[in-house]
Amino acid sequence: MRVNRETLSKALRAAVPKSLPVCVSFLFLALSYGVLMGTKGFSFVWPMCMSAFIFTGSMEFVTVNLLLSAFNPIAAFLLAIMIGARHIFYGISMLGKYRNMGVKKFYLIYGLCDETFAVNSGAKIPQGVDHGWFYCFVTLLNQFYWVLGATLGGLLGERLSSLNTNGLEFILTGLFVVVFLDQWMSSERKSHMAALLGIVIPVICLTLTGSWFPRWSSCSCCSLRCGGIWMISNRRMGRMQEQARMRVWTR
Amino acid sequence: MTMETWQGVVTILMAVLGTVITRFLPFIVFPESERPPRVVEYLGKVLPYAMGGLLVVYSLKNVTPFSGTHGIPEAVAIAVIVALHVWKRSMLLSIAGGTAVYMLLVQVVF
Repeated sequence: MRVNRETLSKALRAAVPKSLPVCVSFLFLALSYGVLMGTKGFSFVWPMCMSAFIFTGSMEFVTVNLLLSAFNPIAAFLLAIMIGARHIFYGISMLGKYRNMGVKKFYLIYGLCDETFAVNSGAKIPQGVDHGWFYCFVTLLNQFYWVLGATLGGLLGERLSSLNTNGLEFILTGLFVVVFLDQWMSSERKSHMAALLGIVIPVICLTLTGSWFPRWSSCSCCSLRCGGIWMISNRRMGRMQEQARMRVWTR
Repeated sequence: MTMETWQGVVTILMAVLGTVITRFLPFIVFPESERPPRVVEYLGKVLPYAMGGLLVVYSLKNVTPFSGTHGIPEAVAIAVIVALHVWKRSMLLSIAGGTAVYMLLVQVVF
């Protein structure tokens, strides 16, 4: 396929403003991620490569801990699958939008992080702008901000090691809490149930497995278990809602 | 770092592999032109909300409610985040504020 420069520049000009909010939060988060790695004694090459290749913030923060504990590649793999499980549902939502993208599709899927999903799934693309290139540029810009922030943070962190950064890792909790709040405040009641179950079931599992702070192995199996319980209860809930709807409808 | 460099690289590659699998799976299972089943569409709508909650709990798994600081710094910092976020709805402000409070608490108070 021949690409002319006008198509590219139009798509880029449409993509930049849409990705600006992500730019600010990515630079901030990635910077703190890089600083965290730097203060733990890693060279900036580590956060740079990890942010470019793993490219999912939560797993990168988790990988810092993995790198600092005993070598366990299988636990790393399982954790990546579990933490990344949400991507499956981003993918399902983007099946239609990423259709017929040719080679670009591989990169679009590879770079489908939370923020890119948020922008691309909700974006109103101006008329005359090529959709494929728009999605591509949003993905690329977001990844660029992230890698840039992580690298700068790594460089900064190496020099900050004398500073007391104890507690900086709370940024990750903060991110998750804010994402949770955003979902909560923007959703209808049906989703509150899912959100609450997402809190309650893991807490129960953590308590049942004997400790509130399990090792990696028990952590992974309890998360799998709670995933199963959640899906069963959710199915049942869905069926009940369907029945209720039918009842209203037949009345 | 406690592990060898090659072990670190393998750990990262495993993280990459796991993440890539989660991203490509739906596009492999549901090829273009086919509509996914309704259960999958339903899950696609509600599961992200539950994942949000799971991640919050996951990131707090090292908290010890019955010893140490009893999770008080975490509770206070989360309360600050909730308050800031309900008030201003600014992701940056909420995270920065909560983390600053947390760092202050663990470094100075506790």
